[in-house]
Amino acid sequence: MANDIAHNRRKFVSGVMTSLTAACATFVIAILVIILAYIAYRGFSAISWEFLTETPKPVGEGGGIGNAIVGSGIMTVLASLIGLPIGIGAGVYLAEFGDKWFGTTVRFFADTLIGVPSIIVGIFVYTLIVLPMTRQSGFAGSLSLAIIMIPIVARTTEEMIRLVPKSMREGALALGAPQWRVTWNIVLPAAASGIATGAMLAIARISGETAPLLFTALNSRFYNFYVDQPMSSLTVQIYNFATGPFEVEHQMAWAATLILVGLILIINIIVRMFTKKKY
Amino acid sequence: MGSKINIKNLNFFYGADQALFDISLKIPERQVMAFIGPSGCGKSTFLRVLNRMNDTIPIAKVSGTVKIDGKDIYAPKTDVVALRRKVGMVFQKSNPFPKTIFENVAYGIRINRMHKDKTDLEERVEKALKDSALWDEVKDRLNTSAFGLSGGQQQRLCIARALAVQPEVILMDEPASALDPIATQKIEELVVELKEHYTIAIVTHNMQQAARVSDRTAFFMLGKLIEVNPTERMFTHPDEKLTEDYITGRFG
Amino acid sequence: MSKTGTIGDSVFRTILIIFAATILVIVAAMIAMMVQNSIPTIREFGFGFLTGSRWLPASDIYGALPFIYGTIVSSLIALILAVPLSLGIAIFLVEQAPARIARPIAFMVELLAAIPSVVYGLWGIFVLAPFIRVYLGPFLQNYFGFIPLFQGRLTGIGMLTGGIIMALMVTPIVTAVVRDVLEVVPTAQREAALALGATKWETTVIVLGNAASGIAGAVVLGLGRALGETMAVTMVIGNSPQISASLFEPAYTIASVLAANFAEATDKLYMSALIEMGLVLFLVTFIVNALAKLLVLRVAKRQTGH
Repeated sequence: MANDIAHNRRKFVSGVMTSLTAACATFVIAILVIILAYIAYRGFSAISWEFLTETPKPVGEGGGIGNAIVGSGIMTVLASLIGLPIGIGAGVYLAEFGDKWFGTTVRFFADTLIGVPSIIVGIFVYTLIVLPMTRQSGFAGSLSLAIIMIPIVARTTEEMIRLVPKSMREGALALGAPQWRVTWNIVLPAAASGIATGAMLAIARISGETAPLLFTALNSRFYNFYVDQPMSSLTVQIYNFATGPFEVEHQMAWAATLILVGLILIINIIVRMFTKKKY
Repeated sequence: MGSKINIKNLNFFYGADQALFDISLKIPERQVMAFIGPSGCGKSTFLRVLNRMNDTIPIAKVSGTVKIDGKDIYAPKTDVVALRRKVGMVFQKSNPFPKTIFENVAYGIRINRMHKDKTDLEERVEKALKDSALWDEVKDRLNTSAFGLSGGQQQRLCIARALAVQPEVILMDEPASALDPIATQKIEELVVELKEHYTIAIVTHNMQQAARVSDRTAFFMLGKLIEVNPTERMFTHPDEKLTEDYITGRFG
Repeated sequence: MSKTGTIGDSVFRTILIIFAATILVIVAAMIAMMVQNSIPTIREFGFGFLTGSRWLPASDIYGALPFIYGTIVSSLIALILAVPLSLGIAIFLVEQAPARIARPIAFMVELLAAIPSVVYGLWGIFVLAPFIRVYLGPFLQNYFGFIPLFQGRLTGIGMLTGGIIMALMVTPIVTAVVRDVLEVVPTAQREAALALGATKWETTVIVLGNAASGIAGAVVLGLGRALGETMAVTMVIGNSPQISASLFEPAYTIASVLAANFAEATDKLYMSALIEMGLVLFLVTFIVNALAKLLVLRVAKRQTGH
């Protein structure tokens, strides 16, 4: 019967489409596995104690990324010290008082700031800090990373606080507690693990940023602990190694990448393990 | 009068929880059978067993037999898509698609390729809208969004959409519970008219509604079928004490 | 309420307002600094800056068109590849796969978004570019070589490589947004289609219809990301300011010219030209992101409002 043929065709189409969507998912997972496997394959062989602790040396003399690891560490910590309080504070404001025009405006600009290319943030900090100081510095790099962090942290903090049940606040407010005590003693602790998760993911995100550091922190061949001086970072170092002409450098790029990606994946997996909800 | 649907020893589980216990029941052809009972009694779950809508829940499990026209719908080779075309369903909350009024009704006709040409399609849509007593209200705005209709009109549109694919059975899950009294009355009148051509199973929490529209009534409690009888008898001389308690409002 | 409570509340509130206002100050300062620093080129070239196709810093000739062209074309390649792929994944995760399969896959797709841009760039140089030079490029030239898009010399580095690497980076982001919009489509819509005898795919089409503007939002958001993507593209697109019909030829994007040249731009006019391009990129991504947000919000509103 003609109708039966049409009917079978419909079911066939449905089956084909299901397989196609499954193929899309499989393809992307395969890409992820290929990328990670290749990083592991190329990276492991080049990692050594010397590589992890020494500073870059002229090609052929070995050397390592010790100063880049330290530089990335310093800048990430400093960026978090600046970015986390502002971001969390802004997030608390958006969640607790942010329903009027001011909150709506801040939320809108936070969302669009998240989408602004990070290289633009680098240019901004360059004109703001580097030009007046007449030199690149670890501080300028940290500030770029902090600016990238602030809107992300603000929005996740807001979301986490909004998950705290209303009844919890109302219970405390009904006892005559002022709003700030309720927020500080009841709401924030209840949302703390969510906020921490958001902060961790933001830290993972900035630790992989390259573009905003290129001309703010620049790079350095030495161990440097002073944030008013140019500072090396893992990501800028990877970029320089990768675009360099020598095979030895490429080798080091893969090894540095293994460390960077390993770190970021570990943070993501830990965050996932401690939270059942998706972020 | 033959029975359209024949259910034997039906058990239903959500994972480890049993929701329906050993239910055996016949639904006669071209009649309205109402299902009543306190909320959570399993009457909606039961209704969704009849068109295998529960298949969408991964942990759901069914045992026993459900035969429609003598064929077991839970047999392994059953074509669920064809089954659902034969057994239409109207939901508690109206759920029109974000399309025009015309396209809502035409949807089922189109996917099932039931129409010969455009004129045939238009005739089928018109007939379905007439059968659901909506035609006069919407004939001048068939190409406007279905969301522009009132709640009661949306629900009748959903009925028209279900009728358009020419089902034999229509399942209605509290179809009037979200509507005002006037819209409810229209739906009830429609149900009575529809039984001329269709076998109808309607779940309701409103006992007056059951009394007004149905030929037979089944009373469920805690997943068990307590009593099935002609509606009039059920509401005047129920066999079971539990039914009497429920009907007279001693619990619920 | 006690007096200390009132004072405490206003102090607390003021501190929070300052934090929140910081975000506005950052955006305002960004625009101000970039406008101020691009005044020299705006004065010198006016609107012609955007339409000029010659970029010769040594002779102080600055035309941004090759970069605008490269940015748009590479982003389009990325979207053409990433959008169907993302839709497929999102549909699979929300409509097709059982939860116990969908959850780990969703996590792995999210991990793809967590990999830094510079790492994609590294992988692009040493894995993707050779792959395109040796396999994909010759294949395309053999079968589609009559189209100018696929003519020209094959180095593995160029517009197509840039577009493909961008596609990989944009896919997890578009997937995540599409997933979210599909998830807010009410179950009642799926049940309505199923109850009419729709197949799984026909039901999915109904769901997609419900989510249409949100999906558009996801695509626009992906566009925003692609336009601003910097490191990976800088590393594989070839960095050559030319407008060529061939996708195998090297090209340049706004973001990549900034990454590659800003540090060396000591000349005032040169730097101003770069900053003005940064300003253009900033404004475009800003508008694109605002549009994306608007579109996604519309779905959420309709589902809760109805």
